[in-house]
Amino acid sequence: MSDSNKQTAVITVVGQDRVGIIARVATELAALSVNINDISQTILQDVFTMIMLVDYGTMPIDIKELASRMEALGDEMDLSIRVQHSDIFKAMHRV
Amino acid sequence: MFNDFEILETLSMFREQHLDVRTITMGINLLDCASDSSEKACQRIYDKICRKAEHLVKTGEDISHEFGIPIINKRVSVTPISMVAASGDSTDYTMYARALDRAAESIGVNFIGGYSALVHKGFTDADRRLIASIPEALSTTNLVCSSVNLATTRTGINMDAVRLMGTIIKDLAEKTAAQDAFGCAKLVVFANAPEDNPFMAGAFTGPGEPECVINVGVSGPGVVKTALESTRGQDLEHVAETIKRSAFKITRVGQLVAREASKRLGVPFGIIDLSLAPTPVVGDSIARILEEFGLETVGAWGTTAALAMLNDAVKKGGTMASSYVGGLSGAFIPVSEDEGMIAAVELGALSLEKLEAMTSVCSVGIDMVAIPGDVPATTISAIIADEMAIGTFNNKTTAVRIIPVPGKTVGDKVHYGGLLGSAPIMAVNTASSAAFIERGGRIPAPIHSMKN
Repeated sequence: MSDSNKQTAVITVVGQDRVGIIARVATELAALSVNINDISQTILQDVFTMIMLVDYGTMPIDIKELASRMEALGDEMDLSIRVQHSDIFKAMHRV
Repeated sequence: MFNDFEILETLSMFREQHLDVRTITMGINLLDCASDSSEKACQRIYDKICRKAEHLVKTGEDISHEFGIPIINKRVSVTPISMVAASGDSTDYTMYARALDRAAESIGVNFIGGYSALVHKGFTDADRRLIASIPEALSTTNLVCSSVNLATTRTGINMDAVRLMGTIIKDLAEKTAAQDAFGCAKLVVFANAPEDNPFMAGAFTGPGEPECVINVGVSGPGVVKTALESTRGQDLEHVAETIKRSAFKITRVGQLVAREASKRLGVPFGIIDLSLAPTPVVGDSIARILEEFGLETVGAWGTTAALAMLNDAVKKGGTMASSYVGGLSGAFIPVSEDEGMIAAVELGALSLEKLEAMTSVCSVGIDMVAIPGDVPATTISAIIADEMAIGTFNNKTTAVRIIPVPGKTVGDKVHYGGLLGSAPIMAVNTASSAAFIERGGRIPAPIHSMKN
């Protein structure tokens, strides 16, 4: 997968750890045919932190809609879920 | 592709450190709207702005959502209206201000700038009419901002215009006395005004600019402050290096937004303005960055040195991130818009004289400073003259946005709300400058302006 692929987004999930977070988020993404390319998850000072790199090339909705659906899922699960186009990270961290 | 640290750092810049793109400003040339009928010209102005900037606000919001970058303001800047209005049959230019105001309202932008005149060497008849109309124009519109360029390094300082602007600022303050002279927050006078500045109140689209252009102003004092917290106890080279790295990242965000906006709107990208712009929110202050250098409070001795280094390091990091840097590009030091500056004034640690010294090494000038309403117009003109001299003789932009608040005096505080914040009334030296200002004429250009 290339950095410059315009269809990749970074999803970050931060909050209180509990059973089933990854399952819920992954299920929601699968239903929208969003493919998970990379996933890393850790517990930082008791806070659940997950970073996913996803490909949304075949998603039926636009990224704005994806961001608001994931935010709603986050609210429901008492987590912060953010979807951001991967170009922002590339701009900031790659010369 | 990215490591976790990088992703979490970016996330925390947006979530906790108030990183944002302060403004996407569309510059629109209005010269082709001129007409011998002022009424027709106003209609053309309204139509052209609405046509060109129809999708500006929505595009800004779309980009903001997709990239997760807060974009605070969407604005329009236009050709100085004195140039567009010159050929019209009406001598009352306030109708142009109302046309701009209506257009800004229709397209949903926060402000529209360019009710302006460039008089650094002298006035045209149209310049005189425009300047005379500023108090009425700004007190009867909501979104219109005005600026007047009084001096350049190449031409010297138009002291007749400096004298005139003192009285215009006083008039405008009286006309908006019920809102604590709020009108004066929408008026700025410049030396060496940039033609591509995206920030208000000084944005206008200069005659050398293209038909339509996108300029972006970034922000991010909180990011710099947070980064500097990790340098405590280290020497100043580490501080400079850390600021440069932060400025690079901040500017790249602006560059991304500018390119995206330019592409989606089909309008060429002009410049990124690298200014660090504070807001009254805690954690978004320039003053607190200077204090992070090791100063007890902004205004303490050492403030000018720290600000000079900050301003320079921001530019060095920013120019690496974008090839087209312009506008004001430096640290802003408005008093009312920065909680750390307000605190320093209230503590008695920051005087107008120290602010003046600070403006000799940063990008703007005496900005959003409230002073007692009984300060005479000639003293306001003399404050302006000093700032114009700093800009003119040091080859840089300087500006004055000063607010003489009727009925208020030192110890009082005025509240404007939103990004404009609140301002403690600052003391002004009461010795008279009247005879100096009454002389009029021009201060000749400095010798080092002759570079040909």
